[in-house]
Amino acid sequence: MKVCITAQGATPESKVEERFGRAPYFILMDSDTGSFEAIANPYADGAGGVGPKAAQLILDRNAGALISGLLGGNAKAVLDAAGVAQYTYRSGGTVKDAFAEFRNNTLQKVG
Amino acid sequence: MKLAVASGKGGTGKSMVAANLAFTLAWTGEVTLIDCDVEEPNLHLFFPAPATTRDITIPVPSIVEFACKHCGKCAEFCQYGALTVLPDRVLFFPELCHSCGGCMLVCPKNAITEVSRRIGTLSTSVPMKGLQLITGTLDTGSPHAVPVIREAKTMAGHNTTVIIDTAPGTSCPVVEAVDGCDACILVTESTPFGLHDLQLAADVVSRLGIPAGVVINRSDGKDDQTIQFCTDHDLDIMMTIPFSREIAAIQNRGDLLTRARPEWQKDFCSIFFKCKALAGRER
Ligand code: SF4
Ligand code: SF4
Repeated sequence: MKVCITAQGATPESKVEERFGRAPYFILMDSDTGSFEAIANPYADGAGGVGPKAAQLILDRNAGALISGLLGGNAKAVLDAAGVAQYTYRSGGTVKDAFAEFRNNTLQKVG
Repeated sequence: MKLAVASGKGGTGKSMVAANLAFTLAWTGEVTLIDCDVEEPNLHLFFPAPATTRDITIPVPSIVEFACKHCGKCAEFCQYGALTVLPDRVLFFPELCHSCGGCMLVCPKNAITEVSRRIGTLSTSVPMKGLQLITGTLDTGSPHAVPVIREAKTMAGHNTTVIIDTAPGTSCPVVEAVDGCDACILVTESTPFGLHDLQLAADVVSRLGIPAGVVINRSDGKDDQTIQFCTDHDLDIMMTIPFSREIAAIQNRGDLLTRARPEWQKDFCSIFFKCKALAGRER
């Protein structure tokens, strides 16, 4: 499964970005192969509706789960409808750290 | 003539000025008073009267699920993020939709139709001879103040004297309400905060190219800074209403100054003539 993590940079060593719709990058970690893919967020500076737009983007990239800090109501509605589980990570670490916690099942799931 | 009454912040007595002006002018002519403070319209409190009310709607898309092939073109087009396409359905977020109609044009399957969505109401009443009151009210939680204001302004048609009470502040709804007016009255109070907000409001109307004058309300007599600002920016101070317990009491019981104390009518008349003069001035 692909896990999308909001990031400040384009590598797994980057810090996790707490905002979802305005995150500079989305890093897609493949939990089966361990490989990753970085997507620059085209909506980072968008005027409005960036939450659902970004949600559409990661859905189109087949993300099965999302790790981020804050999620707006509309983005959450999209991800809920698409069955994408959402997890909160707000410890200030890197994408790698967040992914490790995800694998250890220590991240809090958004209800 | 179309006149806007605005203020940089709430609670300056903007509605009070608009209502008294309308009340005064209605004795001698036809006046339409429009409440464009659509999130919190209050002019009807000064003018209780039976009103006719109708809904204001905006067109929004509706997806015909059986025709939709979930190609994603509509969502890709919508720059406001109001549509999201999932493999098995389309999600629509009405509060993000700007009613541009573009999604309908780009859908290759003609799977999008237009439906009406209510965003607020428009009420009209005739509380006294010569006065028509139009009130735009935005539904709670709806972000679409601008179309409600537009509709309220259209309703006034080409009546000769129109007075528009705007929302406080300097946001989009204020710009929409003030836009196209011949002159604007800025209501302020003689406090440092009042002056700051007056500066913001004066800046907006001057950018819109609308001549403006100032009414100082609840003056404590120490208006030097405000007077200085107005002199520097060529803003006429049209009237100063002193702080007085009597005036406060009249307002608190929901009455109008010009109704309770008719001698004030000549002051409001003179505001109107000053606005006329402003409107006729070269821009
Ligand atoms: S563009 Fe039309 S067919 Fe394609 S997803 Fe949208 S509604 Fe469905
Ligand atoms: S009408 Fe315009 S703003 Fe509304 S959903 Fe369609 S494309 Fe988006």
